[in-house]
Formats: sequence, structure tokens, C-alpha cells
Amino acid sequence: MAELRKRAARDTDPTLQQQPSEDKGSDSELKVEKDGLSDSESKADSGVPDVPVPPDDTPEVLNKALSGLSSRWKNWWVRGILTLAMISFFFFIIYLGPMVLMMIVLCVQIKCFQEIITIGYSVYHSYHLPWFRTLSWYFLLCVNYFFYGETVTDYFFTLVQREEPLRILSKYHRFISFALYLTGFCMFVLSLVKKHYRLQFYMFGWTHVTLLIVVTQSHLIIHNLFEGMIWFIVPISCVICNDIMAYMFGFFFGRTPLIKLSPKKTWEGFIGGLFATIVFGIMLSYVMAGYRYFVCPVEFNNDSNSFQVDCEPSDLFQLQEYSLPSILESVTGWTTVRLYPFQIHSIALSSFASIVGPFGGFFASGFKRAFKIKDFANTIPGHGGIMDRFDCQYLMATFVNVYIASFIRGPNPSKVIQQLLALRADQQLHIFNSLKAHLTEKGLLPALEEAAA
Amino acid sequence: MTELRKRGGGGGGGEPDSTENISDKDGDDRLGLHVDAEGEGDIDSKADTPDVPLSTADTDNTPQYLNKALEGLPPRWKNYWIRGVLSIAMISGFFLIIYMGPVALILVVMTVQIKCFQEIITIGYRVYHSYELPWFRTLSWYFLICVNYFFYGETVADYFGALVQREEPLQFLARYHRFISFTLYLAGFCMFVLSLVKKHYRLQFYMFAWTHVTLLIVVTQSHLVIQNLFEGMIWFIVPISIVICNDIMAYLFGFFFGRTPLIKLSPKKTWEGFIGGFFSTVVFGFILAYLLAQFQYFVCPVGFNSETNGFTVECEPSDIFVMQEYTLPTMLQNALSWKTVNLYPFQIHSVSLSSFASLIGPFGGFFASGFKRAFKIKDFASTIPGHGGIMDRFDCQYLMATFTHVYIASFIRGPNPSKLLQQLMMLQPEQQLSIFHTLHSHLRDRGMIPPAAAQA
Repeated sequence: MAELRKRAARDTDPTLQQQPSEDKGSDSELKVEKDGLSDSESKADSGVPDVPVPPDDTPEVLNKALSGLSSRWKNWWVRGILTLAMISFFFFIIYLGPMVLMMIVLCVQIKCFQEIITIGYSVYHSYHLPWFRTLSWYFLLCVNYFFYGETVTDYFFTLVQREEPLRILSKYHRFISFALYLTGFCMFVLSLVKKHYRLQFYMFGWTHVTLLIVVTQSHLIIHNLFEGMIWFIVPISCVICNDIMAYMFGFFFGRTPLIKLSPKKTWEGFIGGLFATIVFGIMLSYVMAGYRYFVCPVEFNNDSNSFQVDCEPSDLFQLQEYSLPSILESVTGWTTVRLYPFQIHSIALSSFASIVGPFGGFFASGFKRAFKIKDFANTIPGHGGIMDRFDCQYLMATFVNVYIASFIRGPNPSKVIQQLLALRADQQLHIFNSLKAHLTEKGLLPALEEAAA
Repeated sequence: MTELRKRGGGGGGGEPDSTENISDKDGDDRLGLHVDAEGEGDIDSKADTPDVPLSTADTDNTPQYLNKALEGLPPRWKNYWIRGVLSIAMISGFFLIIYMGPVALILVVMTVQIKCFQEIITIGYRVYHSYELPWFRTLSWYFLICVNYFFYGETVADYFGALVQREEPLQFLARYHRFISFTLYLAGFCMFVLSLVKKHYRLQFYMFAWTHVTLLIVVTQSHLVIQNLFEGMIWFIVPISIVICNDIMAYLFGFFFGRTPLIKLSPKKTWEGFIGGFFSTVVFGFILAYLLAQFQYFVCPVGFNSETNGFTVECEPSDIFVMQEYTLPTMLQNALSWKTVNLYPFQIHSVSLSSFASLIGPFGGFFASGFKRAFKIKDFASTIPGHGGIMDRFDCQYLMATFTHVYIASFIRGPNPSKLLQQLMMLQPEQQLSIFHTLHSHLRDRGMIPPAAAQA
């Protein structure tokens, strides 16, 4: 929502067009910040080339369609249409299946990385530095190779075991990834040029922090996806809903500012968004938990060499009866209610999305203010760059992954088998005996086995 | 060895740096933020007595008694003596803590990590003049504690499985470990966002990033060092000794035979030193591995004994520490007239460790040199007289620790059985049953279970 706020502020200015020296622009927040700068800095700003933000980049088709409206309404319409377009696109790719979703996540990740790195280049004038673009992209490739390798080994275990080259790659995966990374590191050291040490170190640090933020989180999203598409769809939808609802509530009822960093956010929007998102989350999970397509872990079928989502839904996705606490009983006149346990988890997810998610947005706002940019890029007309749309999603993805690991999922059985088979024989025997004792105790093994052993 | 070069260069080495400053616009980013006084154009020559106070390593801070003892000597020899004395002191300290055992080693690693973190963060503060920023010190240390908690928690849960299962609060902490760590980190993240102050956004973001990169470098590697330690103290001692040996040998070879410069970044390094150091380190590693592989104390994985609540290093040494016969290739056979030779397989592994330490390890040193040049500091700090800060001593070790860890994970060690058992117990009963059957047939095939029992 960050740039929504900035654009709204900008709209109050009669000229919608961006001034070339945008730092002297009419945006109220930037002006407020500028007053804080020392004189030499404000003078330095005027002569400095900006991160280019084109004046009016809406596509021609939209321009023609909306030519009659005043500039403010035109902006709202452009944003509205693009929002609907993005949401439809989201539904479309869900329909297309897990494979497409993974590709989309990969593309989004690459675009986000490119946006942030480009900002780094323009901040540090480091276009001309030798090797730097190559190295940044090379590190991106390395880290992606490492993470995808770990995922592939976990989920595609049988496929990997079948193909000989894949087996070697997976056995020595860490070593290979480390060797690739080291090559990049050594190239960096060899590329240090006398007068540009500091710039080069800054870009190195910038690249690594960007990798940490963008790449690790996109892999967590893919892990969530493999748990079941519902773990991918519901969190993202909750964040989107919170954005929209907080904006609506703020628009209609907003009065008390929330945080100095984002003056357009209000407490009314925040709280209204929280309740609306929780309700939305409960309803959405109710709708989705009924379908196997969303609920089942994504698995790779060795015979058909493709993904499938077919399974017996786990307990989480089976309707259960809960007795209401007496307060609600008297209010609604029901004694019990039938819910999916997942709906209760969705309350936790929605709460996180509404309460902590916005901090991701504030972080991105602070970042944009710190480096005096309006938007990360201008990929989406009316909305800015991909990063602008995804800034709140990142914390959410990590939270969902940690939540699943802590409260929902057990370890992955195929991975456990894989590791078991790699142990020494005496260790395997020891584990075998412990497991046997445990299973016999639980009554899963007939006592006959125990006698024979 | 990097600062040795600078000190040896003394007057010569220091000056080129400062004369570069005058036209160096490095530190200045696009919007003219005065990141560092030297960053600006003509103000440089005045600001060349930089705003960033030079680390006190430059001034003479040798302790009084050393000064008295070495009064008579000329300053150059005095410097060498101090460095020599301190080197010997550090090596003896190293032996002492090895003698004291794993617990002492872990504590020392943790202390070194905290000191390194503090040194790097202090440099960041000075570079960005960010002493006065609200919350910043608190937040940096808080993040250090969070990340340490996360890593130590993972280690403890792995290795102290039995202890953790016994104590109820520990069990709770172990089960929800990731969630708790994430919550702690989030709290720090939210505090950071709330602490953003209007005029200082950029500084605060820089320090945030600086803290994170430092954590990435310092904390993760120190935990890899501890994981190596748990594999067996030999995996801790041999890599560190090899790096130290390479440093010293490369210096000595460079001193006596050095002629061709190695890399522009460190003008005092020479190819002769590099290659001489490489060969002598391989030989040294080979010999050291032979010596250490005989003792169970070094070779056995560190285990936690639940009854005595102490660490034990007792075990049946694994295959790589058992002497084996290797047939020499025919070339060597003719040269030495031996047919076979008795070696520990570990000695062969030590050759790869030594090669890495000599060939790639120095890049860690070059990285640290470049870093010091970029931020115009002589040493990271002045903790050790004659040597600089702790980071100066450990800059080559970091890559080595990661390499050793990856090497062990890829070529030596299998998965950890107690952790696997733990994971097994958490699975669903049907999954446990299916794994049971798979394992059963596997063991039967290997002959570990008599076929008569295979009634299932």
C-alpha cells in the first residue's frame, strides 16, 4: 500500500506529471524529509540524476479509454484495473497447477532481485565497475542452484536415484554449491580495483543482503507450496485482502495516524483490516479446504513424470465438531459448530498478515525514503515495481514456513528413508530395533514379530 | 599475514593509501550523503586526518613490560620481537585450550565470535558516525543473541538429544525452537522499523545491512567450527593449524626468497611465498594428521554422556583413522623402493584440507585486506599487541571452517543417527510402519538380520 499513499499525496498536486528533479517534487512526505537534510545535501540533490521514473507510463489503450476523466479519477481507474488484472492472473496460474506456480515464483524472484540490484547500481554509480553485474547475477544463480538442489533432492528422491548424473549431483550437492560460491568469491577478490574498493564492497554487501531477503523467501514459498497449494494461496490472499481492506477502512473511517513513517496509514484502517482479514481468511479456508486439489501435498509421480495432487486429506482438512464456549452459545444459539481445523490455523495466519505483515511494508517504505526513490521500478502501471507489490509477502512466507514446521508438519518420510539408508549398518540396526520396540508398543506390529525376533 | 605486510611496509605501505584518498570518491553515494569524511572531493586533503579515528593499532600500545624488556633494540627489531612473542603466546594458548577439552573450546569459540562481531560493528559505527543513533547498539547485539540462540538451539537439539528429552522445559523449547527463534528475530525487526528516525533512514538501513552481513560471516562460520568440533577435535585442530602454518611458512618463504608479487591488493605477498607455503603446508598437514590420528581424544566424536552430564571422547575410531596399507604407484615405487606404505586415510584427506588452506584460504585474507583498504583502517582493532584485532588473526580461518564443514558433510559423515531417530518418532504411524518395512528388507538383504526372523 505504500506507493498508493504516495500517489494519493501526489494527486493533490495539480500537475500529475513527475518533475525531473523529483526530490523537489510536491510529494508531502519527501518534502518533509528534505527539510531535515543539511544544506549541502539539498544542493547536491538538485544536480543529481534521479532514478528514472517516467512521467506517465500507462499503456496507450488505457489512456484512450480514460481520456475523458480527470487525472485523479484516471489514476484510480488505472490502479483498479491493474489490481483486477493481477488478481485474475493469480487465479489463472493457480488453475494451471504447481509447475506453473513454481515458474512464476522463480520469475518474480528474479525480477525482484533485478529491481533491488538496479537501485544499488544507481545509488552507488557502479554501472561501470568491472564484473559487477556478472558477479551479482552469478551469486543469484549459485544460491538458487543450492536451494533448488536441496528441494529437488527432498521431493524428487526417486527420480534422482534413477538417473546417474543426478545422483552424483545430489550426493555432492553441498560441495558443488560451495565450490561455485567460492569461485564467485575469488572472482570478487580478484576484481577489486584500486580506487573503487569501497563501492565494490558495498555492492557485495548489497547483493548478499538482497539474496538473503529475496531468494531465501522465495524458496520458503515453494516449500509451502509443496505442502499443499492451500498453504500458498491462503497466506498470499490474506495479505492482499489486508492491503485492500486496510485501505478501504482508512479511506472511509481513517482519522488517527498509525506511524510517522507512513503518514497515510491509520489506526482505523489497521484494526478494520485485521478483523476483515480474519473473517476473509476463515471463509476462504472453508471454501478451499473442501478440494483435494488445494489440500494435498504436491507430489512427483515417477511413472507419469509429472506432478500430482491426490491423497487422503489429513486431519487438518476434515470437518470436526467443536463445542462453542458458552458466551457464543448464548449469542448464536448453537451448541456446536462444524469447522475444519485449518480454519483455526487460518486465524493465526490472518492475524500475522494484519499485525506483523505491515512492518514489511514499513520497512520497504523506509528503504524507499532512505534512498529517495518513489517506487522500486515501474513494471506495473499504477503500482510500481514487483517489489512494491510483494513487500508485505516476504515476512508472511517465512512465517507460514516456520508455522508449518513447528505446528503442522512432521519430517518428510522420503527424506528420512534416504538418510536412514545412508547410515552405517550397525546404526541402522540400532534404529531398526528402537523403531520395532516403539511400533510394537503402539500395537502396530503383531506380537508375533516380537516373539520371532 | 596481511597487517604484517602493512607494518613491514611501515612508512612505504601506508602512504600510497593516503595519497589515493584525495581523489577517491568511493565513499560518496549518489545523493551526497557524507558517509565518511574522506568521501568528498576537495575536502579530502583537509579531512585526510580522517574523521574515522584510526584504530589505536597504529599507535604504540605494547604493554609496558614488553617495552622495558626491549628497550635497547631499534624499532624494527622490536616490532619483530613483539610479534614473535605474541605469536608464540597465542600458539601456546591454543594448545592449552585443546588440553582443557571440548567445553573450553566451545566457550573460546563463542568468545572469539563475540569479539569479532564487536570489532566489525565498531568499524561500521565509525564509518557511518552512527554512535548517536537510537537503539542501534542494542539492536545489533540483540540480533547477535537471536542468531546465536537459533544456531546453538539447533546444535543442542541434535547432540544433546537424550538430555533434552529428559527435561520438560527443554523439550518444549526444542520442539518449537524454530518458531521461538523466528519470533525473537521478528521482534528485533519490528523494533528496527519502529526506530527509524526521520533524518537518519539511510544510516539506519546501512547499519542494519552491515549487522546482517557481519552475522552471516561471523556467526554462521563460528557455528560451523563448533559442528566440526563435534565431529572430532582433529577436525578442529588440523584445519586451524594448517592455516596458521600456511601463514607463517608463506611469510618465511617470502622473506627469504620472495621476488614476484602475487596480487596488487597485497603488494608484500609473493609467488615464491605462495608456492613455498603450499608445499610446506601439505607436508606439515600430512605429519600433523599422522600424529593426531593415533589418539582417541582427538579422533572420536564428542559425545554427551547423560549420566555423568559431561562430554566424553571415547569410541571405536572410524575407518579413516585406522592405519591401512596403500600400494604406491609405480613411479614412487621406483623412487623409494617401497612397495606399500601404511597411512591413515585421514592423511589423504589432510592433503585436500592443506591444499585448500594454501590456495583458497589466502583469498579470505585478501578480502579482509580489501575491506581494510576500502574503509581506510589499518587493523580491525588493537586487541593483540603487534597483531591487531582478533579479526586480523582469523580472517583466513573463516573460509577454512566452511570448507571443512562442507567437506565432512559431503565426503565423510553420514547423517546423525540420534537426530534421525528423533524425526522417526515424529512421523505418523503409517509412515513409521512403511519405513520399518523398508528398513527391514534392506537389513535383511545386507545380512544383518537372520532370515528366520523375517516373518512380516
